[in-house]
Amino acid sequence: MEELWYGLVRAVQLIVTFDPEVMEITGRSLSISVTATLLSALFCLPIGSIIHFYQFPGRRIVISLIQTVYSVPTVVVGLLVFVLFSRSGPLGGMGLLFTPTVMVIGQMILIAPVLLGLTISGLSGVERAISDTARSLGASASQTAWVIIKEARFAVMAAVTLGFGRAISEVGLALMVGGNIRGFTRVITTAISLETSKGDIELSLALGIILIAIALVINLILSRIQQR
Amino acid sequence: MSFIVLENVTRRVGGRDIVKNINLRIEKGEVFALIGPTGAGKTTLLRLIDLLDTPTSGKFYFDGVDAVATTVQERLKMRRRIAFVLQKPMVFNTSVYENIACGLRWRGASKQQLQPRVSDLLEMVGLSEYRYRNAKTLSGGEVQRVAIARAIAVEPEVLLLDEPTANLDPVSASRVEELIIRIIGETKATIIMATHDMSQGQRLATRIGVLMDGELLQVGSSKDIFTFPRSREVAEFVGVENVLNGVVTANEDRVVTIDIGGKFIEAISDYTRGESVYACVRPEDITLSLAKVPSSARNSFSGEIVQVRTVGPLARVAIDCGFSLVALVTKRSAEEMGLAGGKGVYATFKATGVHVIKRDTY
Repeated sequence: MEELWYGLVRAVQLIVTFDPEVMEITGRSLSISVTATLLSALFCLPIGSIIHFYQFPGRRIVISLIQTVYSVPTVVVGLLVFVLFSRSGPLGGMGLLFTPTVMVIGQMILIAPVLLGLTISGLSGVERAISDTARSLGASASQTAWVIIKEARFAVMAAVTLGFGRAISEVGLALMVGGNIRGFTRVITTAISLETSKGDIELSLALGIILIAIALVINLILSRIQQR
Repeated sequence: MSFIVLENVTRRVGGRDIVKNINLRIEKGEVFALIGPTGAGKTTLLRLIDLLDTPTSGKFYFDGVDAVATTVQERLKMRRRIAFVLQKPMVFNTSVYENIACGLRWRGASKQQLQPRVSDLLEMVGLSEYRYRNAKTLSGGEVQRVAIARAIAVEPEVLLLDEPTANLDPVSASRVEELIIRIIGETKATIIMATHDMSQGQRLATRIGVLMDGELLQVGSSKDIFTFPRSREVAEFVGVENVLNGVVTANEDRVVTIDIGGKFIEAISDYTRGESVYACVRPEDITLSLAKVPSSARNSFSGEIVQVRTVGPLARVAIDCGFSLVALVTKRSAEEMGLAGGKGVYATFKATGVHVIKRDTY
């Protein structure tokens, strides 16, 4: 108990003194996950909109598939990305394995189903009367689509926030494709995993507190969005 | 060719004809009311006219152009000449100003063109103070005014209004109706309005179409519809409470005698002996007296009051005179005459006050 208490005190000290290692790991975690979320959103929001607005054969199956892989285990995505980018894999020649870039790519894939699925359900949640109103006021098909996207903006923002939460908190993927290289690919979750196994409870706790703080901020943002 | 022409238009959804074989012509600048009970197909017909939906069969010509057979681009151009205020208007989750400006923006209006126009409209609908407020926070009546302002902002050639005052409290409803009267006076737009409130149709429109169960049963001036309904359904919908089944027993010089279960009514009609008819008498055309009064009226029946019900300043008196009749008199008359259940009265009406409709007997 005493050890835990001591660990907590030290952890707080590490945070308030802006310990360089803690800050560096936190900064990298944020930059990788923010980049992955923004890039994934850049692809997923238009694709989700297309799936919502265009009728095509197998559309329902596509939506079901997306919803099925919402909670795909991170290690499965990690394995897929590892196989793709390993030396003998189809994209091995790019030499991206164990770099922050491949971690971004992995997280983009990981959160894509959530972003796609929640974008589609957000757009579906907009009442039909909204598109009727827009069309009746002379909006073209693309102008009507834009109106619907704007009406669903809070649901879409919630999707992006949730995606970011999933990206920053995952560990399996980051470990498998990032390799947890100190000063290069080490992020909060992989650092906690390693430091705990080494017995460095203080650093783990400090990073854990930061991760919880980030989760708290995400939660606050989400509830603000949902209140609108 | 008329401005708007519908030829045998049918819209079928889920195996059911929502509107069927609609034939309608509306001229430019006309104020036309579609009246009918809820679920009659009024909204469906307006949606077809606004090109939001396409007919399952039939032709729809807008300003001489076949609107069904044309390209998507052409349909958009046509739709931009029409504005539609939906029954439950939705406002976009943005400011009142932006809501009113959206139609103009979609037509490529510049900021300089937008500002004065939107400000004028905000003034017109009495919402200038709310220009920056989120439209989602407005009351039902205010939302309806935003919806109307938003529609007329684009100066449409055709303005479609779907139940513009339904779901509103009486004060908001009369305010919205005043706004519509102002629009009718100030614009040259062709206005097509759906309403289940027949008196509203009568007040606002020059011509009325009665839509019931998906069929356009009668089109005509409000006087035509209300005085000479063409079928029992229309008669009942426009407030003719006395629709009596009968058979013509004689026709002498267009004065027909109709046998109503052993009692005889005289009316003016072309129907000949033996034809089954409905004799329609408006309750307000019936005079009540406590004794038989000599008069020029051809129909006078003694009967017993079944029920007296007060409706605002009027009293609705149900009488059994061998057949059921309903008369409408002022509350004051009812009180002075002491009209009450069980009392004997004479119900009198003129032969010219009876409208005769042919009754199908199959």
